[in-house]
Amino acid sequence: MLTFIARRMIQSVLVMIAVGLITFGLLRFVGDPISNMVGQDTSIAEREQLKEDLGLNDPFVIQFANFAKNAVKGEFGLSYTLRVPVSQLLSERLPATLELSIMSALLALFIGMPMGIYTAIHKDSWLTKFFLSSSLVGVSLPTFLIGILLILLFGVVFRWLPTFGRGEVVDLGWWTTGLLTWSGIKSLILPTITLAIFQLTLIMRLVRAEMLEVLRTDYIKFGRARGLSMRALHYRHALKNTLIPVITITGLQLGSIIAFSLITESVFQWPGMGLLFIQAIGNADVPIMAAYLVLIAFIFVAINLMVDILYVVLDPRLRTTVGD
Amino acid sequence: MSLLEVKNLTVKFPSRKGDFTAVDDVSLSVEPGEILGIVGESGAGKSTVGNAIISLLEAPGYMSDGSIWLKGGRIDDLDENLKSTIRGRRIGMIFQDPLTSLNPLETVGAQLIETIILHLELSEKAARARAIDLLNQVGIENAEERVDQYPHQFSGGMRQRVVIALALCSDPEVVIADEPTTALDVSIQAQILSLLRKLCEERNVGMIMVTHDMGVIAEITDRVAVMYRGKLVEIGETEKVLYKPTHEYTKSLISAVPRPDKKADRFPLVTYIEDVETLPEDVKLSDLWLGKTRDYEDFEGSMLTVERLKLDFVTKRAIFKRNNTYFTALKGVSFDIKQGEVFGIVGESGSGKSTIARCVTGIYEPSDGTVSICGADLNKLVDINKRNYYRRQTQMVFQDPFSSLNGRMRVENIIAEPIIFHKQAADKTEVRKIVHELLEIVGLGTGAARKFPHEFSGGQRQRISIARALATRPRFLICDEPTSALDVSIQAQILNLLKDLQEELGLTMMFISHDLPVIRQMCDRVAVMQSGEILEIAETEALFNTPQHSYTKKLLELMPKFRTSA
Repeated sequence: MLTFIARRMIQSVLVMIAVGLITFGLLRFVGDPISNMVGQDTSIAEREQLKEDLGLNDPFVIQFANFAKNAVKGEFGLSYTLRVPVSQLLSERLPATLELSIMSALLALFIGMPMGIYTAIHKDSWLTKFFLSSSLVGVSLPTFLIGILLILLFGVVFRWLPTFGRGEVVDLGWWTTGLLTWSGIKSLILPTITLAIFQLTLIMRLVRAEMLEVLRTDYIKFGRARGLSMRALHYRHALKNTLIPVITITGLQLGSIIAFSLITESVFQWPGMGLLFIQAIGNADVPIMAAYLVLIAFIFVAINLMVDILYVVLDPRLRTTVGD
Repeated sequence: MSLLEVKNLTVKFPSRKGDFTAVDDVSLSVEPGEILGIVGESGAGKSTVGNAIISLLEAPGYMSDGSIWLKGGRIDDLDENLKSTIRGRRIGMIFQDPLTSLNPLETVGAQLIETIILHLELSEKAARARAIDLLNQVGIENAEERVDQYPHQFSGGMRQRVVIALALCSDPEVVIADEPTTALDVSIQAQILSLLRKLCEERNVGMIMVTHDMGVIAEITDRVAVMYRGKLVEIGETEKVLYKPTHEYTKSLISAVPRPDKKADRFPLVTYIEDVETLPEDVKLSDLWLGKTRDYEDFEGSMLTVERLKLDFVTKRAIFKRNNTYFTALKGVSFDIKQGEVFGIVGESGSGKSTIARCVTGIYEPSDGTVSICGADLNKLVDINKRNYYRRQTQMVFQDPFSSLNGRMRVENIIAEPIIFHKQAADKTEVRKIVHELLEIVGLGTGAARKFPHEFSGGQRQRISIARALATRPRFLICDEPTSALDVSIQAQILNLLKDLQEELGLTMMFISHDLPVIRQMCDRVAVMQSGEILEIAETEALFNTPQHSYTKKLLELMPKFRTSA
């Protein structure tokens, strides 16, 4: 088990180095960083001086080593446009995004899973048909449209919920949270739903398909022949077997919620990383883009590692092949 | 009053073309301590009878008529809650495939304890003790320790023992065993059968044994019911039904079982078939493409020579190659097959018999040793054309007719592919002509060409496989368990077809099987294999009459004894 985790960790580090190389390439070779930083009237001598100061004349390897060293510490230099360290910007924005994505992942999981189980067990009920047909809407409507419709309905027509920003936030020093104030929670509702709907329908359909598959297996049939109750069969024997593939997809989905919440964030003017990233693209603010890339890659790698470990914990068959 | 009585059972499956009657007016009864066999070919409805008794019919099937009585109480019209007090508690069930019958994510003990607590209302601790006791009874050693292991840590035979223990959890009065040994090796099969017999006698349990295997029926049942297309055609004492059958179907079914005791020229066919599948007509092979002289060079010596063939599989890859862990599938095997000979390889699963076939055909690359076909060592041939020339002479028929044909290709394309690849025909019309001829030869008719594999039954698909193997006009045909997935009647047809082809075309054949009677009927010489080694090679008759190696003797002893009436 430990060797397995160690091996996976080494693989993760390799992935991160590869991502680092790409990001570094982006940073150094897309456009001229000097002319991005300085104005039209800077003299050539001054530009050369700046180049020397920033270490841009060093050999590639040393430049990359410096970049990697800083990246590990979370330092990606100054934002071109905002003139603030990128690390500071990210740490301001990260809590907003994480709060939003984790809430919507939880929402998707805790509603999507029961719905999937229900639709698998009660194959022919009218509620199943309703869930399945409405889930089609969830899958096919683009996120921004759902967001705008929600804003129209709850923000403009009924005027129940705020339509932009995080509301009042409480600063805990290392983290800012909207979960402790009433207005913060209210502001969270619409973007959470918007972000969750696609994942929710996906999880529901996945759980349903897997569960139907498992319910056809011999061990469920043998369980019935032994007289086990349908309850025990559905919720103990079938559910556990259903979860294994669901975990993989859910893990990857969590990654993509965090990484690509930018559409939702821009619809709701949510002050998260996605919004920051979109603005950075607009301004060609390369340090922010680079930091964002590295961070997202890191989140994906970390989630994947957790999924792999969870797999081994859940499935005894893997434990023996994994070995010690 | 019998222990279990089934009266006029009729089961229907509604379909778009009206109801399909899977079981038609079947009545039978089981006494305590008795084993009743239900035998029949696939689709005869024998499993459906078992499922109906325990009311686990697959939707949309339903019981349209009849009743089921357990100790004088009717059980088929109970509501779902009451039914579950019978399922598992008073009637236990054992399924065919031990590898899929257990939940892979829970320990054997957890599954046993769950069932025991459900039926006997014991405490967790008492249930655990009973679980260990049950595992001991079904012959699992170190039960104390093994109770906390997961199903994948048990072998197939051991898993079937666990399944039996699960079925016996609550001391049921009746046990229904649906093909309990079909997925197991002969030696394991013998152990499981004697275990079932013993448990039946000790506990005075009535058992219904559903199987297609006449040997199993002869071995352990007291009475037997023969089913054909949903109807019960004959029921009676096993001795009487097997050796003095009265119904025509029983007679022809029994005569089609390959005889273990004597070599016959041909396999008797099951002639009692209502809508007859086109049997191969007499085709004069010498007039056809397949029979015409082939462009192979003659050579001296053996068709196949295998010397010190060794194959290792990496089971665990380490960072350095020398630290890898290996599983040795073949431990230096040597034999040769003469031209025109049918050479049999027999052994239990995992003995390496299929691995040899795969090494000879080049699917696996051997770790050591040589394989020479027609005198040429294939692994030393670098020239691709030369290699293909030898490959073309060797063709293979696989075991599973369902997965060995590409489901998205039409039959004509499946058969044409090797012809086109090996450039055996001048143009498309000739290819088509050859394909049609081949389909005629294997008895399918040219109408089969435009169809897809899923439109055919298992036996018909195996015929397609044979046609495909013949499409390169091979001299050497390798058959890897070609009939083990098929019914007795179909098996007889396929084996006869192979025999005819072998004789008329002078093919050399390597015939791999775990089925000793089939080997006896098909082969000239036989090799017996166990865990990657050949223990004995002998002429077939000599091997069956005077086996030399102790393992061969054991195998022959374990072979379910069933002599045909003739």
